[in-house]
Amino acid sequence: MKRDEPLTVASPLRRQIIVAGAALAATRALPLRAEPPALPSIPELDAYLAGRKPEFGRLLLDLPRLADDGNAVTMRLFMPGPFAPGMQVTSIALFSEKNPVPKMAQFDFPVAPAKVEIESRVRLAGSQRVAAIATLADGALHAATADVSVTIAACLDGS
Amino acid sequence: MAAGSRVQVPTEVRRGEPFEVKISVRHPMETGFRVDDMGKPIARNTIHEFICRYNGTPVFAANLGSGIAANPYLRFFVTALDSGELKFEWVDDAGERGDAAATLRVTG
Repeated sequence: MKRDEPLTVASPLRRQIIVAGAALAATRALPLRAEPPALPSIPELDAYLAGRKPEFGRLLLDLPRLADDGNAVTMRLFMPGPFAPGMQVTSIALFSEKNPVPKMAQFDFPVAPAKVEIESRVRLAGSQRVAAIATLADGALHAATADVSVTIAACLDGS
Repeated sequence: MAAGSRVQVPTEVRRGEPFEVKISVRHPMETGFRVDDMGKPIARNTIHEFICRYNGTPVFAANLGSGIAANPYLRFFVTALDSGELKFEWVDDAGERGDAAATLRVTG
């Protein structure tokens, strides 16, 4: 094909380019749908799980990718419903990889919540991976993780 | 110290629907890792127990550690059942208690 030949609508080369482009776009999109990141290695988290394997994907943990101030980082937990009877969320625990006290908080639902969404502000002693574990009434576990880069770590070490 | 808190709930909600509750409590949430001006360690003091009751029934509870920022803020959802009162109570490691309340009107 000559260089100055226009790419007409019916041109097979044009089709090839489109297909190649689509394939490239699909490949580039892949890392976004990659495997969920592994749970951080936190002894307290391992003790909490006690060998049980949580599922990924349903529980969402929202933390900013980059937090300027580790003393107060907005954290949001969300788990979309609906929940079948007997399978509602009973608690969500939050673990930090770097904080001196790894278990940051635990939230409990004594009655079945109609909407599972919690927002709070956490302290983070440095860049790290944070993990959340939701426990359902039937014992099933759901996990979510989030990586945060912290510019100014919370002064948890007394500095 | 545990005085001062702000609660925000909608004034009117529809029966059966979840509604948003926002509360912020004035509390230093001492980590136990800080020292005062004299170099003496400041004792750890966090709100280890927080509970929200809806007409007497516990609907949400939290155990907040040093990983929660000072002046803890919580936003969560409660399902509307009947008009009445939401009562919040908390206690810190120093044994200091605090409470707050909000009234709610349920329609439909």
